[in-house]
Amino acid sequence: MNDLTRQSAAVLADAIASKEVTAVEVTQAHLDRIAAVDGKVHAFLHVTADSALAQAKAVDAKVAAGTPLGALAGVPLGLKDVLAMKGEPTTAGSKILEGWRPPYDSTVVARLRAADIVILGKTNMDEFAMGSSTEHSAYGPTHNPWDLDRIPGGSGGGSAAALAAFEAPLAIGTDTGGSIRQPASVTGTVGVKPTYGGVSRYGQIALASSLDQPGPCARSVLDTALLHAAIAGHDPRDSTSINATVPDVVAAAKKADVRGMRIGVVTELSGDGYQAGVSQRYAEALDILRELGAEIVEVSCPHFEYALGAYYLILPSEASSNLARFDGMRYGLRAGDDGKNSVEQVMAITREAGFGPEVKRRIMLGTYALSSGYYDAYYGQAQKVRTLITRDFNAAFEKVDVLVSPTAPTTAFKLGEKLDDPLAMYLNDVATIPVNLAGIGAMSLPIGLAPEDGLPVGMQIMAPAMADDRLYLAGGALEAALTDKWGHLLIEEAPAL
Amino acid sequence: MSTQNMTNGEVDVYLDYDEAIGGYDPVIGLETHVELGTNSKMWCGCSTNFGADSNTQVCPVCLGLPGSMPVVNRAAVESTIRIGLALNCTIAEWCRFARKNYFYPDMPKDYQISQYDEPLCFDGYLDVTVETPDGPQVVRVEIERVHMEEDTGKLTHAGGATGRIHGADYSLVDYNRAGIPLIEIVTKPVTGTGRLAPEVARAYVTELRNVIIALVVSDARMEEGSMRCDVNLSIAKPGAEWGTRSETKNVNSLRSVERAVRSEIERQASVLNNGGRIIQETRHFHEDTGRSTSGRSKEQAEDYRYFPEPDLVPVAPSREWVEELRATMPEMPAVKRARLQAEWNINEFELQSLANAGAIELVEATIAAGVDAAAARKWWTGELLRVANETGVELDSLTVTPDDIKQVEALIASGSLNDKLARQVFDGLINGEGTVDEVVAKRGLAVVSDDGALLAAIDEALAASPDVAEKIKSGKIQAAGAIVGAVMKTTKGQADAAKVRTLLLERLGVTE
Ligand SMILES: [Zn+2]
Repeated sequence: MNDLTRQSAAVLADAIASKEVTAVEVTQAHLDRIAAVDGKVHAFLHVTADSALAQAKAVDAKVAAGTPLGALAGVPLGLKDVLAMKGEPTTAGSKILEGWRPPYDSTVVARLRAADIVILGKTNMDEFAMGSSTEHSAYGPTHNPWDLDRIPGGSGGGSAAALAAFEAPLAIGTDTGGSIRQPASVTGTVGVKPTYGGVSRYGQIALASSLDQPGPCARSVLDTALLHAAIAGHDPRDSTSINATVPDVVAAAKKADVRGMRIGVVTELSGDGYQAGVSQRYAEALDILRELGAEIVEVSCPHFEYALGAYYLILPSEASSNLARFDGMRYGLRAGDDGKNSVEQVMAITREAGFGPEVKRRIMLGTYALSSGYYDAYYGQAQKVRTLITRDFNAAFEKVDVLVSPTAPTTAFKLGEKLDDPLAMYLNDVATIPVNLAGIGAMSLPIGLAPEDGLPVGMQIMAPAMADDRLYLAGGALEAALTDKWGHLLIEEAPAL
Repeated sequence: MSTQNMTNGEVDVYLDYDEAIGGYDPVIGLETHVELGTNSKMWCGCSTNFGADSNTQVCPVCLGLPGSMPVVNRAAVESTIRIGLALNCTIAEWCRFARKNYFYPDMPKDYQISQYDEPLCFDGYLDVTVETPDGPQVVRVEIERVHMEEDTGKLTHAGGATGRIHGADYSLVDYNRAGIPLIEIVTKPVTGTGRLAPEVARAYVTELRNVIIALVVSDARMEEGSMRCDVNLSIAKPGAEWGTRSETKNVNSLRSVERAVRSEIERQASVLNNGGRIIQETRHFHEDTGRSTSGRSKEQAEDYRYFPEPDLVPVAPSREWVEELRATMPEMPAVKRARLQAEWNINEFELQSLANAGAIELVEATIAAGVDAAAARKWWTGELLRVANETGVELDSLTVTPDDIKQVEALIASGSLNDKLARQVFDGLINGEGTVDEVVAKRGLAVVSDDGALLAAIDEALAASPDVAEKIKSGKIQAAGAIVGAVMKTTKGQADAAKVRTLLLERLGVTE
């Protein structure tokens, strides 16, 4: 088999199971690729080469013994550094957790191990998943493989870039306001934010608990579905996880059919503020879906215009509380402990030294929004907006099976371009945020390159809660049609590094 | 006294209680925390056993490690509902947990998961009985809420003079206690109790503790901290608006509840009478002095930034479950007391004394062990209660068991001990000198029944008081008491007085 790093996860799994290649060969090929290109990309914060090779060896032993294997056994994966992995550094992109090695596995990691998916290492991210560019990582930014001067999206830029740079065929992201989908959009890869509660959050270092959701990332819809199936399902350790059968996302990805499907175009998520090339590719994708037999209708979600405002109250509020535990008392960084400072001073000095500016900004915002006297006006109002947005979605899903929009208003912007303008950065998530507020599932998949800059454009598909299979049904059909048109996946056009 | 002292609410000399209560009406509010006796913690499977080595009963969840998530312990919800039902509360059909945010090293997450505006149980009451000069009076204490939360870890401050965090050389924290299910029972303001406020407070906490023990949801030991009480108190001139309240913490016994209320009424009245003002603050009660000292001021109220806990789904106990629990409630202490009063043939006052002493279960168990009811009551409410009060502990913390009393009573019945010697046996038991037999042996406690030794002592006494001997011989038998007393004195009380009397009369050839 030629260049193992250019293959899909599904093909690699088959090749390993049929002894065409060994899992160790596959893992080593990806470790070599990381060694060769990650100096330029910086997708990984920490490569777990030893444990990855040990895992791969175990898979090969199972193949030799004829033990039944999971659908992705032996396939390598990049794990966003926000998920706890026993004994391995887990920093959430922050200095405050430097040196911390969790004594336990997150549920996602436990399921990856159970599925014999080989974990190559921990991928870069904006500190505590706060950002849309990975520039807020305390360990330096990740570069977009399509153009190393540009951002790979965020917060899960490391996972998306690892896929686009062919350092891993699979990756795990987490999505609080678009952190899986926006990076997928700007790197020409696929990412799914499952229905809230579809994948366990246990072991995910929390940003905003009511919005956070781990999910699968890959270079194709089918690979994403295979990974989705491996990590989804009820977890008694996460009481917000849904105790119901997971929709058959793999079957949906294979069926890939939009005939008779009613697809709603969200009026509020296009037009002004969207880059011309993004709008153009989006319109073309809608034409393709229509040609494939879908019925395209316009749907209005009038409260979406308040989504960004509500999100930037709810997220900082929850984050201000979730991040309180980083106080230097039990793990991670401790600063100012000179025997003279009081415990309060040590806590304050540690947090001053350990948190970056965006984290501090959001902790301040959230602390303020939850303060007595302001709670009703801010947090309370934001929760009302959240209810209205959920109602908009419910009304829309009475008329259509899925909703669509561009994933992000623009293609990848330049590193540094929006770093000093938080509001401009926040606006990048305008189309992805309503999904998190309503707790439904959504996918981003590549629909072409913007003519003006030659950079990938993504389309977002949104489905009702617990109907994540529809994402794959529609996404699979669109991907198949585009692949036919181009002769290959869009990611094949990414420049060599 | 300086002006400064008056404005910060401190006075050196307190009015006595009668003076203090004469001019003011108190309003009390009691917040009681109870550690539930569930096998596992509130959010994880860790053990709740008391006394294990530090930080051995912990896991990622109760250590609040990044990424960990809580899951509600159903047994804790059940215990809370049972307490709510016992306190005549409404049980919420749907309620949420909330985060109470504040930084402290004993809090692994730097927020406590508690309940804020949606408690599991609310609007109940508990009737308690207090003694008044006009006889027993029933006071209804209204319950605002019963809610669930988690306990914190335990800090030990090393070095420094105060044992408090400020000034300590270093501090150690044990997270074994972190995440143990805690419930908080909050009363509505209790008004109109007048001078009985201290007794009402004590009677309430006592009865609450009885209820909790009857439900078998906690051992409710105040000295071990599995039951803790905070006393909110304000006073005002009759008819005036309520005054500023203080909150007294560190009230670690039933007796201290009463003392804390009393001393706080005295303090507040003294401050006000001196022209000072009461500040809203937390105070710490000191068992040794019976007074409190100022803790942190709450004038700038701490903002806990409560919001609904997003890591937990709401608790929605089904009505069927609630009714199932209601149907399996044990006999409530008040009902039980009425029954015992009849069975033990005692009046309400006697039973109330038993209840106030926390002695009912002990007496019951002692009777169950085979001891006569009157004797069981006598020991627990007499000698043992005296020792408990003297040493400032609860009765059931004394190392005396119903079985010990059974053994002592058997020795009395056989004539080997008398009541006076029995008290020494109990003293030995409490001092940890071993079993009843061991204490008797070690202390050489045995009624002297050797007739020869007694006769020698009688002869000695008669020789010392020949006039008395003549009186007895002449038929004035009541004079025998003086000789018996003298014999008891020389035998250091180890003789059986009745036996001495019989021998004495025989010696003198007198018949009764
Ligand atoms: Zn635990």
